[in-house]
Amino acid sequence: MENEKLIAGICSATGEVFSMMLGIELQNGESHQETADDESFDGVVGLIGLAGAWVGAGRLSCSAEFAMQVSTALLATPYESVNAEVLDAMAEVTNMIFGNVKTNIEEEYGAMGLSIPTVIYGRNYKARSVSSSGWTVVPFFCGKERMDVKICLAPGSGAFARAEQIVHQALRP
Amino acid sequence: MALDVLIVDDSAAIRKILQRVLVQADVMLGKVFEANDGQEALEKLGSNKVGLILSDINMPNMDGLEFLARIRADEQWKNVPIVMITTEGSQNKVMQALQLGANGYVRKPFTAEQIKEKLVGII
Repeated sequence: MENEKLIAGICSATGEVFSMMLGIELQNGESHQETADDESFDGVVGLIGLAGAWVGAGRLSCSAEFAMQVSTALLATPYESVNAEVLDAMAEVTNMIFGNVKTNIEEEYGAMGLSIPTVIYGRNYKARSVSSSGWTVVPFFCGKERMDVKICLAPGSGAFARAEQIVHQALRP
Repeated sequence: MALDVLIVDDSAAIRKILQRVLVQADVMLGKVFEANDGQEALEKLGSNKVGLILSDINMPNMDGLEFLARIRADEQWKNVPIVMITTEGSQNKVMQALQLGANGYVRKPFTAEQIKEKLVGII
């Protein structure tokens, strides 16, 4: 059930950001769980950390071509290469998507904070999270392009996390 | 009359988008000042006169709430319209921003129409 809410939160946040800010309607693909992320990758990855009662990371990945298409739509400027402005735009898209995912799931998972996003662009690289919990992956399609939005969350173990969990449980009807 | 605006956001992309959106919202833009965070915004303001401030909440160094509190405590700036534009969805922070004297609040993602509606009656 929790995973269904997480997936719904991702779909709603991603759809809203693309539709309202970019004028792009995405098609949702079939969500799935991923236990390892060892595959080599070409393209752009946006990463952001989440911390609170639950801790984890959000990850957005797409081809360089789609990153340029997204940046062109967001900034109303044509881009033909992945430059600093494209990376800034993808960082902001990552921030907006996971900022809204956070808002959508906070009732279930408790209050969380977001880190500053990091964007990586390259070819034939691997990105790996050391979390033992798997990733919930929701693919989105725009024509032939695919963008994966992933999140991994696990209960936090720090004092803040415990306090948040107690308050969250106490406030539950 | 042209309106001088200060845009405070740690994302260069959002600062660029907001400038475009203000034009789409039929705001006759004068000078546009940009700042990465609240601290830089205070420095940019200096003796410049602006008629509108658009500010993010979650920023490094000085966040939007502290910036808002400082502006409202300053005799020179206490009446300048400030609209908070942020991904922050926490009701606590929204209430805090409004209590500190924000004139409005827009959540990212936003459309030009939403910004335009928010500015009606403010500028």
